[in-house]
Amino acid sequence: MFIVKSRIVEKKEPQNKIYLLKIHSPEIASIIQPGQFLNIHVSDDSYPLLRRPFSVCDVEGENIYIMFNILGEGTRILAKKNVGNSLDILGPLGVGFNLDDDYETAVIVAGGLGAAPFPYVTRLLRNKKKILSFIGGKTELDVITYGMHNYKTASDDGSVEFKGTVIDLLKTQLQHLQNQKIKIFGCGPTAMLRSLKQFCMEKEFNCEVSTECAMACGFGICQGCPIESTKNKDKYLLVCKNGPVFNIKDVIL
Amino acid sequence: MSKVDLSVKIGPLKLRNPVMLASGTVGYGNEISEFCDLNKLGGIVTKSLSLKPRKGNPPQRIVETPAGMLNAIGLANVGVEEFIKEKIPFLKKYDVPLICNIAASTIEEYVECIKILTNEETIKAFEINVSCPNVREGGLQFGNNIKAVGKVTEKVRAATDKPLIIKLSPNVSYIAEFAEIVKKEGGDAVSAINTLVGTAFNIFTKKPKIYNVNAGLSGPAIKPVALAKVLEISRNVHIPIIGIGGIMNWKDVIEFMIAGASAIQIGTLNFIDPAASEKIVKEIEDYCIQTGIDKISELTASYLIDK
Repeated sequence: MFIVKSRIVEKKEPQNKIYLLKIHSPEIASIIQPGQFLNIHVSDDSYPLLRRPFSVCDVEGENIYIMFNILGEGTRILAKKNVGNSLDILGPLGVGFNLDDDYETAVIVAGGLGAAPFPYVTRLLRNKKKILSFIGGKTELDVITYGMHNYKTASDDGSVEFKGTVIDLLKTQLQHLQNQKIKIFGCGPTAMLRSLKQFCMEKEFNCEVSTECAMACGFGICQGCPIESTKNKDKYLLVCKNGPVFNIKDVIL
Repeated sequence: MSKVDLSVKIGPLKLRNPVMLASGTVGYGNEISEFCDLNKLGGIVTKSLSLKPRKGNPPQRIVETPAGMLNAIGLANVGVEEFIKEKIPFLKKYDVPLICNIAASTIEEYVECIKILTNEETIKAFEINVSCPNVREGGLQFGNNIKAVGKVTEKVRAATDKPLIIKLSPNVSYIAEFAEIVKKEGGDAVSAINTLVGTAFNIFTKKPKIYNVNAGLSGPAIKPVALAKVLEISRNVHIPIIGIGGIMNWKDVIEFMIAGASAIQIGTLNFIDPAASEKIVKEIEDYCIQTGIDKISELTASYLIDK
């Protein structure tokens, strides 16, 4: 874990209202794992007071990427940052995806901004495994395909190739999925993760998901981000420290 | 050798400097030790410990507010037994006074916790949490009730020879009365203040943002309140005060000491900059050098108030 001041070297809007910042941060870039996150203080003063957590979106040499949309004050300020501005970053934090299991095909399931961690996952797996990606959102505008490979898309309003949820889309491919050794990597809204869990438990698919929860510190001292464990009912896990990536069997979503 | 004497005394408890880390903002020390050298600090106060492990409240536990944050963790902690077995061995490696914060729902439970912990050599003092706003069955009721605070102090005092600090609630009309009863019943010092009770709503769902509904407000938003409470105690009761509430930098530390604090605790800031406390120790020393102060303890209650 480091606390570093890192400079924004590129700012993009790969699609409408989705921001992508490329940040020069060699210390973090050299060690961060896919699915880990950064806790970023977006201003130089005390407003907003707390850091904001962001999944690492991608890593390229000494640079890290974060992807976000404007959700509140923190992201509104962040969206106004420009190339040359510095960010106060705490990271890498948490436990990321385990990409090294025994499987042939990585199945990526992303809902809305849950696509954020997958460009890095895709980059690392592209030459090692087969990749099948399923990307969903409310409308076409919420379906984020940046950095994804071999994908199918779904939207609630039917404005992309499939009308329905991304899990409905996944179900249409069931036979195809059952014919190979797969591992599913998921990230998205809680409702999506819940139906993904049901699907994976029924079909006995191995699956890891990246979760989220409001938090202050990002490394375990504030105890602000509990998530219910399936193994021990007397103790919560912490999203920031034990996660944010969990095996879908291990948490109650 | 430092040119300035930064050491302070809180009753019988001697600290190498006045900068401590507040309960609930450092866990049991291990995570924050990756960012700052605990041996440079005046002391660290553990997350509130209860007799049995506590799971704490379901999410959402935290929400940011203007210049502050609300939290309702619900005293999630490992319990005294696991603390002794699993946490003390790590803390033993450091030469920093360890202060155990204790939370309980009944007076008997406070006493029981203290009895279990008091023979642990690593523990240098106890801080009694009578003022957690986030636990339904106790906490605040104790903190709001002057007789209950007196009784807890009396019973806990009888159970330990170690320095005894009572952490007071700001959610009372006259905090000095509480400091007075702590002194009368044998407490060595008071910590002021714990969080202020607050809440927040989602205006679209009309539901509280925090699962527990009520939560504790901390951060720079509460600093003026905390300073006024410290001053009130300082002007009315002769008891050492540990100042807490929204300290964000070295200037805030000096301000709390001027208002009457013998030492201070850093809380919410640890979440934002876990390395800050070590820097602050250096910066308050610089302030003393610049202003010709030989002993930082001279600053305590050095306010110049005309009326």
